[in-house]
Amino acid sequence: MQSSAFMTRKDIIGFAILAALIFIVFPMVLDSFRLNLFGKYLTYAFVAIGLSLCWGAGGILSLGQGVFFGLGGYCMAMFLKLEASTPENTAIQSTPGIPDFMDWNQLTELPWWWEPFYSLPLALLAVVAVPVMFAFIIGVAMFTRRVGGVYFAIITQAFAAIMTILIIGQQGYTGGVNGITDLRTLMGWDIRTDEAKTTLYFVNGVLLFAVLFAAQYVRKSKLGRLLIAMRDQEDRVRFSGYNVANFKIFIFCLGAAFAGIGGAMFTLQVGFMSPTLVGIVPSIEMVIFCAVGGRLSILGAVYGALLVNWAKTTFSESFPELWLLGLGGLFIAVVMLFPNGLAGVWSEKVEPRLMALFGKSREDKPAPDGAPAE
Amino acid sequence: MFADYSMAELGAIFAMQGFAGLILFSVFVLMALGLAIIFGQMGVINMAHGEFMILGAYVTYLVSNLFAEYMPALFSMYFFVAMIFAFIASGLLGLFVEWAMIRHLYKRPLDTLLATWGLSLILQQTYRSVFGAREVGVSIPDWMMGSLPLTDLIEVPINGIFVMVLAVGISLAVYIMMFRSRWGKQVRAINQNRVMAGAVGINTEWTDRLTFGIGCGVAGVAGSAFTMIGSTGPTAGQLYIVDTFLVVVFGGAGSLLGTIASAFSISQAQSIMEFFLSGSMAKVLTLLVVVGILMIRPQGLFSLKLRK
Amino acid sequence: MQERFILQVEDLTVSFDGFKAVDALSFYVEPNECRVIIGPNGAGKTTVLDLICGRTKATAGSVKFHDQELLTMREDQIVNAGVGRKFQTPSVYEDLTVFENLELSYPKGHSVFGALAFKRDAEVRERIEEIAGTIFLGDQLDEKAAFLSHGQKQWLEIGMLLIQDPELLMLDEPVAGMSVAERKKTAELLNRIIQDRSVIVIEHDMGFVADIATRVTVLHQGKTLSEGSMERVQNDPKVVEVYLGH
Repeated sequence: MQSSAFMTRKDIIGFAILAALIFIVFPMVLDSFRLNLFGKYLTYAFVAIGLSLCWGAGGILSLGQGVFFGLGGYCMAMFLKLEASTPENTAIQSTPGIPDFMDWNQLTELPWWWEPFYSLPLALLAVVAVPVMFAFIIGVAMFTRRVGGVYFAIITQAFAAIMTILIIGQQGYTGGVNGITDLRTLMGWDIRTDEAKTTLYFVNGVLLFAVLFAAQYVRKSKLGRLLIAMRDQEDRVRFSGYNVANFKIFIFCLGAAFAGIGGAMFTLQVGFMSPTLVGIVPSIEMVIFCAVGGRLSILGAVYGALLVNWAKTTFSESFPELWLLGLGGLFIAVVMLFPNGLAGVWSEKVEPRLMALFGKSREDKPAPDGAPAE
Repeated sequence: MFADYSMAELGAIFAMQGFAGLILFSVFVLMALGLAIIFGQMGVINMAHGEFMILGAYVTYLVSNLFAEYMPALFSMYFFVAMIFAFIASGLLGLFVEWAMIRHLYKRPLDTLLATWGLSLILQQTYRSVFGAREVGVSIPDWMMGSLPLTDLIEVPINGIFVMVLAVGISLAVYIMMFRSRWGKQVRAINQNRVMAGAVGINTEWTDRLTFGIGCGVAGVAGSAFTMIGSTGPTAGQLYIVDTFLVVVFGGAGSLLGTIASAFSISQAQSIMEFFLSGSMAKVLTLLVVVGILMIRPQGLFSLKLRK
Repeated sequence: MQERFILQVEDLTVSFDGFKAVDALSFYVEPNECRVIIGPNGAGKTTVLDLICGRTKATAGSVKFHDQELLTMREDQIVNAGVGRKFQTPSVYEDLTVFENLELSYPKGHSVFGALAFKRDAEVRERIEEIAGTIFLGDQLDEKAAFLSHGQKQWLEIGMLLIQDPELLMLDEPVAGMSVAERKKTAELLNRIIQDRSVIVIEHDMGFVADIATRVTVLHQGKTLSEGSMERVQNDPKVVEVYLGH
């Protein structure tokens, strides 16, 4: 491993296979409803990739990623909602020109913090900036005080709870438990048509790859190696002269940025954003996407998000009672039997056989980042 | 906002609100005690703690139905029997879970968290399949109904007082177990130095299992007590888990007194704020304050400064 | 004029719940001096090193490195100011290779964005290979640290310190737990690297101490019991009574 090349041959093959699946295979074999569904699954992959960096590499388990996903999604939804709430469309309201749920809650004026979301560039900036700022504040407060491990997990979970209660409680400003719904157009372009959904699916795919490349760069940089070092020997890293807190804040913010982008793409493709995607339960499910894929593998995170959500849709359509049992069992099985997830099974079981089959010796060492974090 | 009330009324409101806070405090203490044992002493995060409580509540429901059916004469006393059964049921499940799952994960606390979350999903679904998705309530014995008028304006519900008495009683029991019994001594010894404890002949494996079982059993008793003030549904446990963890962490893991003090301050803050703000904002503010204080003092309110 | 002391420790005190592990301790280290700290178990030796490098927060006193007060600095700031610390149990990054272990200690790219932009250029490579040679690990660059022997891990950690090139080096029992052959090699290595810098060593091996020490400080219950050359300390009746006597 002396070469710190950005991508080994194996990485390139892995990326290429995923690209073929997302850009060629899925669009060819799935009808536009299913394709949109897969697009939705892939928005969770953004979160899972961030978790793979934070938790898999850095050992920082956040149970509040839904908050960042939601913040990104809400920023996008606010823009779309304002565009949908023209005075003409909302003429029947007692105050035309403001979102319908505000009118229902007797608001007569748009709150000042909604104003910036009339502008698309500002809204797009907010999709990334708001989650990052929020993560930065939490990160600075927690990591400089050296709060980590299970304490960090519990406190981020508390944030997920706080955020949900806040959104539901302040329904005049946020749309409450229903969320922000009835989104129609993006700069005049109707996002509800099949063609628009297909286009958005491809935009989502491109963004996903941009995020994957960014994550790959981080992993292969010295920062990536530092994360692993920090996970295993935090104290030692300090005494090698690194300010550990700054690195944790950075990776936590990066994860939040990824999640924010995912959330915005969710809003665009699904057409609403609601507190059910923010709270404790979705946040911890996002962790399981990452764990199923293999917490150390960013490609695994994508497959994990796809597979678990696909299974969820399939099972909860036919056997809704079984799904919770299945999901619960999945949590336990992944932790106890396959701590490195699908990626681990692949590199330990499948790959050696494939190699033997093709009579090649293996070029790269397996599981480059070692055992799971504590 | 005070102008509409007379002084006497205002006093009464504060007293009633304070009493509501005391009930909430008892609820927190009951929930947190089991967790304080499991998380505080063993460092294990049990996300299924709420479900162990709910198991206790369902056992109480079953026992109350049995009494109503077969021993109506003794119905007024069924609750005490139910509490014992709740302890045994949750405790046994706890022993089994420790043996099947937790013991393999002691060195991976974050993974324990995920695995026990999975367990909580399975338990929730099981409750739903067995008892139905609707909430069930138990019939409260007559002597627990009604309220006790303290003055003309202030009334306190008897079942609330009963839950408080239970909270005090169970806290005392846990205190005695932790600090007066042989098991408590062993648990604390293992907490301080596992290898050494093993070397001096403590069966650390069995003590761990027992500790986890007792923690779950206490949760079951807490669930049993809850049936006196509310109904039980398959997902009721999830509602409390974040609060409970915050109570334990805020108090300083490992400190029983800290847990009780933090349960007191959080519950009082929340119920007093509930009077001024909407319920949800009171909750948000309480959680934010707790999280804020934890950021300033990550070790919690009570904890010793130890030599590394 | 050259300054008289590189490190000035004055009235250093730390108490854990009333127990004073280090009690109003003062000592001074000159440039290029090799100071050995000895003392019975629980005397507070490791705690002193922990206090200097910021791992434990002092209750009172002052630690000045050149003219910088170390007690108010973070661990990484202290390291970057030029104080290196080796721990008692070998502490290396087990999941990383020897090369990567050394690379992380290389004094460049220590900020977040510095680490993102850090490149393995020829200079970095050369320096790492040179150090690896010095610590007898030239052939194990691509080996994961987890697979090294106990002694090799100790050497790797010494190498990680060397690459930092600290002005003041603090070593906590560098030859503990080593085989005789490893011990000899390590002594040789240490003798080489303690040239041209100030060193504080905690060690129990008296032969080794006599070999390297400029001066010796004997700690007892968090206080200085005796200080001076090896010879003087060995003949101090107080020292004989509490430490060397048995």
